[in-house]
Amino acid sequence: MTATRRTTDTLVIVIVMLLVWQALHQVAGSTALPAPLPTMIYLMHAVASPRFAENTTTTALELAYALVLAYAIGLAIGVWMGAHRLSGVVGEPILVALYSLPKITLYPVVLLIFGLGISGKVAFGALHGILPVALLTMGAIRAIPPVYLRSARSLRLSPWQTIATVLLPATLPEIFTGLRIGFTVTLLGVLLGEMFASKSGLGFLIINDMSLAQSEDMVTVAIILFAFAAIANALLLWIEHKLHRRV
Amino acid sequence: MTRVGAIRFAVIVGMIGALELACRLGLINHQTIIPPSEMASTLVTLLASGSLNADIARTLGEVMLVIGLSVVLGFAFGLVIHALPRVREALDPFFATYYAVPIFIFYPVLIAIFGLSAIPIVLIGVATAIVAMIIATLNGLDRVPPVLAKVARVHRLSPVTTALTLQLPAAAPYLFTGVKLSVSYGFIAVIAAEFILSPTGLGRDIADAYADFNNRRMYALILFLLIVATVVNGVLHALDMRWAERRSGGRS
Repeated sequence: MTATRRTTDTLVIVIVMLLVWQALHQVAGSTALPAPLPTMIYLMHAVASPRFAENTTTTALELAYALVLAYAIGLAIGVWMGAHRLSGVVGEPILVALYSLPKITLYPVVLLIFGLGISGKVAFGALHGILPVALLTMGAIRAIPPVYLRSARSLRLSPWQTIATVLLPATLPEIFTGLRIGFTVTLLGVLLGEMFASKSGLGFLIINDMSLAQSEDMVTVAIILFAFAAIANALLLWIEHKLHRRV
Repeated sequence: MTRVGAIRFAVIVGMIGALELACRLGLINHQTIIPPSEMASTLVTLLASGSLNADIARTLGEVMLVIGLSVVLGFAFGLVIHALPRVREALDPFFATYYAVPIFIFYPVLIAIFGLSAIPIVLIGVATAIVAMIIATLNGLDRVPPVLAKVARVHRLSPVTTALTLQLPAAAPYLFTGVKLSVSYGFIAVIAAEFILSPTGLGRDIADAYADFNNRRMYALILFLLIVATVVNGVLHALDMRWAERRSGGRS
């Protein structure tokens, strides 16, 4: 019952969004914003085009590299600051302050250091992802109830056993939340990077379409990215809920 | 200053000092990063010359407009949605996904519709910031004691009076969280929009300086924006802490 109701709700939201889109199209005109139906038809063709596949591959590759970097560095910082109390207390406000900065202002610096190619965009994406991963990992480790550690000691577990059987299971759900948020902001970082001074990727495609007044293509790319992010997030949320329930 | 505060200060000063030293010793190429002292002195010169004033006024004006619109409209939407449980239930998954989706990719679409002006910048800013305020409002209203609704009914208050004199103060701490997020998101979105594509503003200034290889100007502007953002976030954080303290009434 609730499932069907939720589906109806989602459908209603989608229909309302399509109506708003249609209304905006009526106001703005076809050159600025194509209507939903022609865009959907266009989308079917565009997805198969080599140009689209090429740029999608670039973005996917950049996102993958950036995620690996963001997760590795973020987890390392998080574990260190969570395990070493003083570092955590000293570092947390610095990380929080960095987290709420408009990182786009640092993009020129990243470009000067890493160059205009794929590495600049990867570095910029990773820069976004590191902080939430580090902050949530740190929080997860700090929130371990001391009794867990005491029981590990009373059972004379080796350090490795302690990590594998006590620390990891206790912190995993929380850390996974960090990884999920890290995914979201890293994707945003990569796309922002592509939108400025770049010659490939889906972010570049959107900006390029806009300057060429190819609004159908532009909206198509935006919708595909929108759908990708939403589906990826739903998947990660699903895993996260499973992890939380298991504990 | 506490011991932790002193260490934190030392860490920050140490990092800036290390950067300065690395630049001065030539470990870092001058074309890549300039010494922090040079960034600061260029910024002072730029600010004193007054040549930045128009762009500062424009960018901060846009940020302020975005924050104002997001907070006021977000609160109003929050009130309406909270009053309609069925609508709220339907919108919940939408809110849960909202910040997982890069809303910013719609900025070029907005430019295509409204032209290259301040309108798309403000719209993308509001689109980024308003949902945080709506979610915070819903959270806050959930925690308004039910007795206050009865009080409102006893006094036969109109919905608007109820909202402003009872619900607003009772939900204030949660609303403040929304304001804090709106400020942060609004700032980030406006700067990003200006940087990617816009006719004027500080973000555009940085992009121009980058394109002109004018590193001194670019780093001075970056420093300026980072200082402004840090100060604003710091003030909001301090207010938040103080409120939390007052709420707990020294009980903890």
